[in-house]
Amino acid sequence: MSWEIVIGLEIHAQLATTSKIFSGAATRYGAAPNSQASLVDLGYPGVLPVLNEGVVDMAIRFGLATHCQIARRSVFARKNYFYPDLPKGYQISQYELPIVHSGHIEIVLDDGSVRRVGITRAHLEEDAGKSLHEDFQGLSGIDLNRAGTPLLEIVSEPDLRSAREAGTYMRAIHTLVRYLGICDGNMQAGSFRCDANVSVRRQGEAKLGTRAEIKNLNSFRFVEKAIETEMRRQIELIEDGGRVVQETRLYDADRDETRPMRSKEEANDYRYFPDPDLLPVVIADERIARVEAAMPELPHAKRERLMQQYGLPAYDADILASSRALADYYDALAKATKAKPKMAANWVIGELTAALNRENREIESSPVAPADLGALLDRIEDGSISGKMAKEIFEALWRGEGPVEKIIRERGLEQISDTASIDALVQKVLDANAEQVAQYRGGKMQVLGFLVGQVMKASQGKANPKQVNEALRRLLG
Amino acid sequence: MHRHTLAESAAALAAGSISSLELTRHYLDRIERLDGRLNSYITVTAERALEQAREADRRIARGEKAPLLGVPIAHKDIFCTAGVRTTCGSRMLDGFVSPYDATLVERLERAGAVMLGKTNMDEFAMGSSSETSFFGPVRNPWNLDCVPGGSSGGSAAAVAAGLCAAATGTDTGGSIRQPAALAGLTGLKPTYGRISRYGMIAFASSLDHGGSLTRTAEDAALMLGAMAGFDERDSTSLDEPVPDYAAEIGKPLGAVTIGVPEGFFDDGLDAANASAVRDAITVLEKLGADCKPVELPNIHLSVPTYYVVAPAEASSNLARYDGIRFGHRTSAPVADLNDFYMRNRGEGFGDEVQRRILTGTYVLSSGYYDAYYIKAQKARRLISRDYAEAFAKVDFIAGPTTPTPAFRLGQKTSDPVEMYLNDIYTIGADLAGLPAISIPCGFVGGLPVGLQLVGPHLSEGPLLRLAHHFQRATDWHARFPAEFD
Repeated sequence: MSWEIVIGLEIHAQLATTSKIFSGAATRYGAAPNSQASLVDLGYPGVLPVLNEGVVDMAIRFGLATHCQIARRSVFARKNYFYPDLPKGYQISQYELPIVHSGHIEIVLDDGSVRRVGITRAHLEEDAGKSLHEDFQGLSGIDLNRAGTPLLEIVSEPDLRSAREAGTYMRAIHTLVRYLGICDGNMQAGSFRCDANVSVRRQGEAKLGTRAEIKNLNSFRFVEKAIETEMRRQIELIEDGGRVVQETRLYDADRDETRPMRSKEEANDYRYFPDPDLLPVVIADERIARVEAAMPELPHAKRERLMQQYGLPAYDADILASSRALADYYDALAKATKAKPKMAANWVIGELTAALNRENREIESSPVAPADLGALLDRIEDGSISGKMAKEIFEALWRGEGPVEKIIRERGLEQISDTASIDALVQKVLDANAEQVAQYRGGKMQVLGFLVGQVMKASQGKANPKQVNEALRRLLG
Repeated sequence: MHRHTLAESAAALAAGSISSLELTRHYLDRIERLDGRLNSYITVTAERALEQAREADRRIARGEKAPLLGVPIAHKDIFCTAGVRTTCGSRMLDGFVSPYDATLVERLERAGAVMLGKTNMDEFAMGSSSETSFFGPVRNPWNLDCVPGGSSGGSAAAVAAGLCAAATGTDTGGSIRQPAALAGLTGLKPTYGRISRYGMIAFASSLDHGGSLTRTAEDAALMLGAMAGFDERDSTSLDEPVPDYAAEIGKPLGAVTIGVPEGFFDDGLDAANASAVRDAITVLEKLGADCKPVELPNIHLSVPTYYVVAPAEASSNLARYDGIRFGHRTSAPVADLNDFYMRNRGEGFGDEVQRRILTGTYVLSSGYYDAYYIKAQKARRLISRDYAEAFAKVDFIAGPTTPTPAFRLGQKTSDPVEMYLNDIYTIGADLAGLPAISIPCGFVGGLPVGLQLVGPHLSEGPLLRLAHHFQRATDWHARFPAEFD
């Protein structure tokens, strides 16, 4: 009997604001513990939250990009529970009335087919602080820098049917929020993380199985591995006559297993109720229109445009559209060069990406600007440098050795392509290799390769090979 | 000097006939001599007060004008005051020194007021007698065996006994008006959002109102003018212009219609209290008011509604007192995190606070939320609608502030519900967020009786004017407890 796996993801995207959702404190990552916590974040007596309006526009942007309904009135609620890194004893979130709901996103599966994944809702909330259980000799440290950081929690429908699909969906959302400029997507820093709800049922069964929630998955690979592992656990459990319990589990990547969370949080009754310190968020149509007018081109549209405008194959368009910054770079490059768009794409996907990966840099901080790379491609296009030289020049550009023309000049890399000079070089080689010339003339055509090599060597690689070939054939008569 | 109203002191200071230093020393001296009998202050900030007084005198000498320049007042210890202990009447915050000033404190300071200290109160403003304070009960200057009401009982006792010119208070279910009535004072609770809640330690956020306890309506107008106005740090603060209340009260009364909820005059209202209030309504009629009966059909739901909404919000608002970042922390060894929480909170909070946290936790818990919290919200809307409908017909509503005059210490501590019923006439205006004032209107057995006037949203100007005209026609507000004169 075969099994079907049913997955829904809850993605927490940290919104890219400079200050917190309910206080003016900064949200910079990596600051000294508790240096970015204001009295509001610390939950001091008498302080009150004031909504950072920037997060509302960001949520609207996400809602528009995922075909969601934008709630004209949404309400902040308090989720009550005690934990040392939750200063107020409640988290301000949205419960019954989220800001965005009932939408979908289309993802492209490995086989090229398109799957529509429902977005149940996306709501605004504040993050908690961090508990640090190491380095304190049996005590716990609390860092409240993260407390009050704005989050958009994106809840999908249970529409995903494999670990791979879940990973693809998570990547699509990751690409989207970065496109929208609402989240930096930095998974190491915890700006983008997810919980996975996983259940299994026998193929054909209509009723959903009991689900387990795997918490805090902060890489695409872990999401896929954790779901895979959890699925196997549930199937084995049921096949052995057991039953899945609804619970929260953690994924241990080292052991590749999921295990129940120790905390008693499961038993919590969060006693949600509307936060009386905050007014309902009322959104007028004009505001939505304003946000819509400022929407960037979205990944799907961008991919289509790259294929149409530049005639790129789907594979190239996919890669270039996977990040707004990469696509922006490509657009700028295509504009800056007379070279063929496909060649420009090859350079971005190949040489440039390899260099970025080598130094672990983002495209935004590429030392080679689109204009510089464009100038380099122009030189290839007009035949004044060879592909091999181009690579050398690219490396020099990367090291900041100056504009393309300067590098070519300083290194004497300019290709020799005037007929007179080439003819002179060729004649010299022919004179020095009478034996091979005789062989060629006697019908041994393979010797031509040897002669080309000799000419190239004599020119220190600078002669245009195509012209050398022509000259040899001409002069050998 | 201590019998002067705030307005009289402010005028004398501005005229230079007394100095702020003299006046401040006078009050500090009285606090020193007399407060042992009342326990109205938790903290006296003598040095700071003298410093502020000297500064006020320098400003006066420079010819500066500010409405309260040099006038010594006291703050209920629910308002955060930078560098000064702010306890909220609780062991939980016994050692808590606030790092910042409440907006209200900041604004009164800007208006020139001198802070004498922080007044005693029911713990976290939960009570109607000022007996739940960790710092001991407050006594009523009119009769030391009686309570001054609560929760702003310390402010009421201090103003009534001449230990400050005026004091701030907060009103969630009647905590300004009820003690004002029991201590023979004018207690004003303006419209919800009129005064910023920033820095006012939260009890029940949707019901908490800042306000004042003063000798007269004129004083209340001066205080309100200094305290009111939009504050971007409080999302529920009203962005509405602040009228010149002191000018408003001087205008003629004009034709006003006053509704009297006849339902208030039932068996629950002490007969002598009732007749004092009836007499006061006659005075209002003599002033030209057209008084007629008005219906508030759902007002009987106000106490039960309040005792769902207020504890629900309180249970959440008080969750931050966990002993981790500030506040009481147990000295006993603890087994685990839960034990740590339980000891900190069990030791730090008194019985009434714990009772309300438990009640609030219960009404919000799953399975009970709809039956209690949601139902209470519906009742709250009905009560607000009743007022709105009444104010379509009348300008004000007049009635008793409390069922009885001040009761004896300990008389109601064993029966919480009996204690809660003290606020039966005041809670409605809190639920509806309406401005309301209590003014002295008589004495029963040597104890003051209060008349409550309620107006529609943002009608503080006309409301204070009505109270002011009443006080020009009567002298109940001018009486002073003999023992403290």
